[in-house]
Amino acid sequence: MFFFILRRLGVLIPTFFGITLITFSLIRMIPGDPIEVMMGERSLDPALHAAAMKRLGLDQPLYIQYFDYISNLFQGNLGASLKTQQSVWSEFTTLFPATLELALCALVFATVCGLLAGVVAAIKRGSIFDHGVMGISLTGFSMPIFWWGLILIMLFSVQLGWTPVSGRLDLAFDVQPQTGFMLIDAWRAEMADPEYNAGAFKDAVMHLILPAIVLGTIPLAVIARMTRSSMLEVLREDYVRTARAKGLSPARVIFIHTLRNALIPVLTVIGLQVGTLMGGAVLTETIFSWPGIGKWLIDAIGRRDYPVVQNGILIVATLVIVTNFIVDILYGIANPRIRHAK
Amino acid sequence: MSLLQIKNLSVEFGSEKNPFRAVEGLDLSVDQGEIVGIVGESGSGKSVTMMAMMGLLEGQGRIVADELTFDGKNLLTISARERRKIVGKDIAMIFQDPMTSLNPSYTVGYQIMEVLKVHQGLRGAELKARALELMELVEIPAAKTRLEAYPHQLSGGMSQRVMIAVALACNPKLLIADEPTTALDVTIQAQIMDLLVNLQKERNMALLMITHDLAVIAEVAHRVAVMYAGQVAEEGTVPQLFRHPVHPYTQALLSSIPEHSKGARRLVTLPGIVPGQYDRPSGCLLSPRCPYVQERCRNERPGITAHEHGAVRCFYPLFEKKEAP
Repeated sequence: MFFFILRRLGVLIPTFFGITLITFSLIRMIPGDPIEVMMGERSLDPALHAAAMKRLGLDQPLYIQYFDYISNLFQGNLGASLKTQQSVWSEFTTLFPATLELALCALVFATVCGLLAGVVAAIKRGSIFDHGVMGISLTGFSMPIFWWGLILIMLFSVQLGWTPVSGRLDLAFDVQPQTGFMLIDAWRAEMADPEYNAGAFKDAVMHLILPAIVLGTIPLAVIARMTRSSMLEVLREDYVRTARAKGLSPARVIFIHTLRNALIPVLTVIGLQVGTLMGGAVLTETIFSWPGIGKWLIDAIGRRDYPVVQNGILIVATLVIVTNFIVDILYGIANPRIRHAK
Repeated sequence: MSLLQIKNLSVEFGSEKNPFRAVEGLDLSVDQGEIVGIVGESGSGKSVTMMAMMGLLEGQGRIVADELTFDGKNLLTISARERRKIVGKDIAMIFQDPMTSLNPSYTVGYQIMEVLKVHQGLRGAELKARALELMELVEIPAAKTRLEAYPHQLSGGMSQRVMIAVALACNPKLLIADEPTTALDVTIQAQIMDLLVNLQKERNMALLMITHDLAVIAEVAHRVAVMYAGQVAEEGTVPQLFRHPVHPYTQALLSSIPEHSKGARRLVTLPGIVPGQYDRPSGCLLSPRCPYVQERCRNERPGITAHEHGAVRCFYPLFEKKEAP
């Protein structure tokens, strides 16, 4: 198991450098620089522009800028935002809980519904339920997030008025950010001051529902389809027939003998969804004005805030890599054949 | 009364309008302590018969029978729950490919103990001791450490031994072995057969051996049923059937064994293949391939008739041995 982890860790290093190189070059390929964007339409004195660029170290050749960036990274220095002068790390840690809360809820929604739908579709193969689930999941998978989000807002927020349109909490509540997770903070605020903050938790939930559904739709579709096909494959295995021949109950055959093996590929797919979630969060947060890192990164790209874009994306990418790494290890635990591989 | 009694069993697949009969009018009985062999080519309905009896067809096949009783219980009318109390406990089954018949995600010990837990309610130390006992019964060396092993760490022969241990866990009255040695090396085949036969004698259980290996049947079985295209072509005691086969198919089957061909240059073969869903003849199912075929055989389907030493499904059984023309 130790070598298994070590081998997987070895793969991470080139990935890490690849990400730094890509973000570094991509943001510099977009026309305009931070100073120009800051000044906007107003004309800018070339001398002042050059001086500002020099102050930010942006007048250096690209390879030196990259070298400085990497050496700063190794010293644990992620730089500061050009706009707010706050360190990228502190901005990230302030905003990340909002995204994490959204992504976790979306993932829980996607996993629970996806597994359930996939398992039932596989057991009732060829039934109306099966065709229905597969049709809906194909639709869900092909749905552009920004369109789907707007449709749900139109229907549930505007027409029916069931959920709020945007944000994380109604302004009427007095909730101090303690953990950064609005569900927890609102719950605690409501406990602390039940009179003034009555209904804060429910309000936080109502704010979260639509974005979580929107963000979870694609992962849900992927998980449902993967679970179904994986279940169908395993149901045909000889060892499932053995399990039936042992006189085990159908529930035991499905959950102990089939699902356990069918979950192995599904687990990888769920792990890969973390990347989809982070990508989707950018759009979802923009639509729902959700103050998380997705919106933060979009704004940073808009104003060519090089340090925020480079390091913000690096942190997000690292998170995705680490999750996939953890999934790899879980995979090893779920599948003894991999664990024992030399 | 027989332990297992099957009368006029048919199993159909496919749509109601256009069904395919994988098994048709099958009669079979197995007594306690008896070894019965079922031989036939691939697709002759040997395995489907057993799967139907054990309720493993999962609603895919339609099962019709005049009688299907095991140990006095009517398997046709009992509920799925009742059936599960019999299957795995009183009737156990081992399969062709041991390597894929064990669940790769669980240890060997777990898979043995699971049956003991479900059917006998054993727990804790007693459970473990019984599992170990079973492992030793099927002659697995280093049984204690092997309990913790996963199936992929075992060889094919070892896996089949584990399957046998699982099958014998609850002292079944009937063990069905569906081509138990086909996937194994020749040397291992002999070991597994010896093990099965010894265990059968020790416990006086009935053993139903499905195979296409006539040599195995000749060696171990008491009675044998020869299947062709979902029907029993001939049934009889082993010495009788092997010495004086009366059905043309049985005769052809026996003469296709290399050892039986006695100096003939080419091995005797029966031209053609077993009829499938779309080319079933209206008369005797063997008629397109039978060297002795008559006009009646082509138009009428023969029923099974008992004779002195067994039963045969043929209008013109070969009571006096004739050479194929």
